[in-house]
Amino acid sequence: MPSIELRNISNYVCHDVNLKIFDKELLVLLGPNGAGKTTLLNIIAGLIDYQGSVLFDGKAVDKLPASKRRIGYLFQELALFPHLDVASNIAYSLKVQKQSQNELEARVDKLLQMMKINHLSHRYPKNLSGGEKQRVALARALAPAPDVLLLDEPLSSLDMQTSKYLKMELKQVLNKLGITTIYVTHDLIEAEEMADRTAIIQGGRIQQVAAPLEVFFHPNNDLVSDFIGAPNILNCDYCRSLGQGIVEVNCNGLKIIIPHDGDVIHRIALLPGDIYISNTNPPGPQMNRFKGLITSIKPTSNTTRVEVKVGKRILLAEMSRHIFEDMDLVVGKEVFLILKLKRIRVYENKNGR
Amino acid sequence: MNRLKQLKPGWGIVPVVIFLGIWEMAARLNFTPGQFSFPAFSTVLMEFYYLTANGVLGDSFLSSLVRVLIGFSAGSIAGLVMGIIMGWREVINKALNPIVSLLYPIPALGWLPLLMLWLGIGEALPITIIFICSFFPILYNTATGIRTVDRNYVQVARTLGASDIKILTTVAMPLALPNIFTGLRLEAGMAWRVIIAAEMVAIPTGIGALMMKAESLMRIDIIIVCLIVLAVMCLSFERFFAFLETRLTGQWR
Repeated sequence: MPSIELRNISNYVCHDVNLKIFDKELLVLLGPNGAGKTTLLNIIAGLIDYQGSVLFDGKAVDKLPASKRRIGYLFQELALFPHLDVASNIAYSLKVQKQSQNELEARVDKLLQMMKINHLSHRYPKNLSGGEKQRVALARALAPAPDVLLLDEPLSSLDMQTSKYLKMELKQVLNKLGITTIYVTHDLIEAEEMADRTAIIQGGRIQQVAAPLEVFFHPNNDLVSDFIGAPNILNCDYCRSLGQGIVEVNCNGLKIIIPHDGDVIHRIALLPGDIYISNTNPPGPQMNRFKGLITSIKPTSNTTRVEVKVGKRILLAEMSRHIFEDMDLVVGKEVFLILKLKRIRVYENKNGR
Repeated sequence: MNRLKQLKPGWGIVPVVIFLGIWEMAARLNFTPGQFSFPAFSTVLMEFYYLTANGVLGDSFLSSLVRVLIGFSAGSIAGLVMGIIMGWREVINKALNPIVSLLYPIPALGWLPLLMLWLGIGEALPITIIFICSFFPILYNTATGIRTVDRNYVQVARTLGASDIKILTTVAMPLALPNIFTGLRLEAGMAWRVIIAAEMVAIPTGIGALMMKAESLMRIDIIIVCLIVLAVMCLSFERFFAFLETRLTGQWR
């Protein structure tokens, strides 16, 4: 039985949404801005009106107010109560439930330890960094031991370094707690790293629900494909270690250097936005750059997609429209492609795993 | 640097001492039309002592103080309660807002002729004037403070299991405190200004009435004593609420 089930959910943003999230599953709700991700979380939490039915463990909760749904909700804005210190923020739900002082203190201590923020317990939110606020907000959401956890873009406001570190910790905490979680993001890589399954939402409708790599390699319609960004998938013939965590792979005739510490790489994926185009061969080490001929140019609403033939292979690159206009690119022109080293995704299994 | 920091609190008194010195000198050196129309500071100080010693100033001050305390407390409490209700319940806000918007701009003293006819000359009159003076601004500030609390805080509290009344008392009201205190601070000073004006016009006792008596006797020194008392009381009330605000919200703002 699914832990959460949405049946024919509709409102002013969402349209006929049907979705099942299984017990202890981490489902990532992925979609662009304005797709209806937060609205769907608010519906599950009971914060806004909707038609249709939300079921927790098979029981409809549509008539339950948000305060009775046993939800832990981490808002995108975090919304830590500014007038309460960290410990009081975490203890808020426990005080509301009128737990005894001993129970309350024990629970708060446990959460402070779990989130590694013991030293912050008497600080006010205004004196916390972005990462610290994130931890406190998560601890507060977990305090009432909710049945379901809703995380709305929990890492979006953090710098890349903090986000990377916190992502790992968040995953550990969620694994440890084994709590059914819906995790909202618009970042494909984040989705891939966090999700058991991914649900793609566009225009208030669920477009595809599948394992992250299934979505990546087999988008089931044009909307998903457009959002994912039609990755360049390259099968690799051989893979050899160059030492110090660097490998060289040969993919469809292209020799590519990749930082990698695991098994043999069978496949790599490159998103079009992660390939730079240059009119000239830029200075620097001559690796992961290829000369090619432009075969087609396709403008989209905000970007321009350029297909470049490199050897026998065609690679798709994407750039913002104003950069394209500055570069004076035309079909048949010779250009250089540069691959963003850290954005190359590798798969050790032939199925893409 | 540290010595400078230690001196800092004392520096505030220097301009006051210079001002009083110039005042004293100007009066004594006859730079002004005369001691009669412009008494020296020392003369004012002596008059303050006489008025205090014979109980005239104390009685007048007490009359004004009691009126301010009763009128301001009642007006503030009523304004707070109504402001909270209007800020929290949109229906009530929509129902009452037109009336409040219409009455709020009327200056408190504008009510005086009407209240004199309704209530007559007595203690109820100045207290009612102070009540009106405090009620509307505090209501307005409180309602605005409650209404403008970020909806995210309310929704977070809701998902954390809080009932409406809990959200109001533990989230909305604490977060509205800065707005509420702005109203209290401004109106505490305003209450003194209004009571003096009301006593000058219509009430035979209090600091304002003492000033009017002094004016009829051409006792400028007494008028200045009363003005100093008024200034000190306005400032003290405002500072008291500023202090209270810092104590209650200083840590988290």
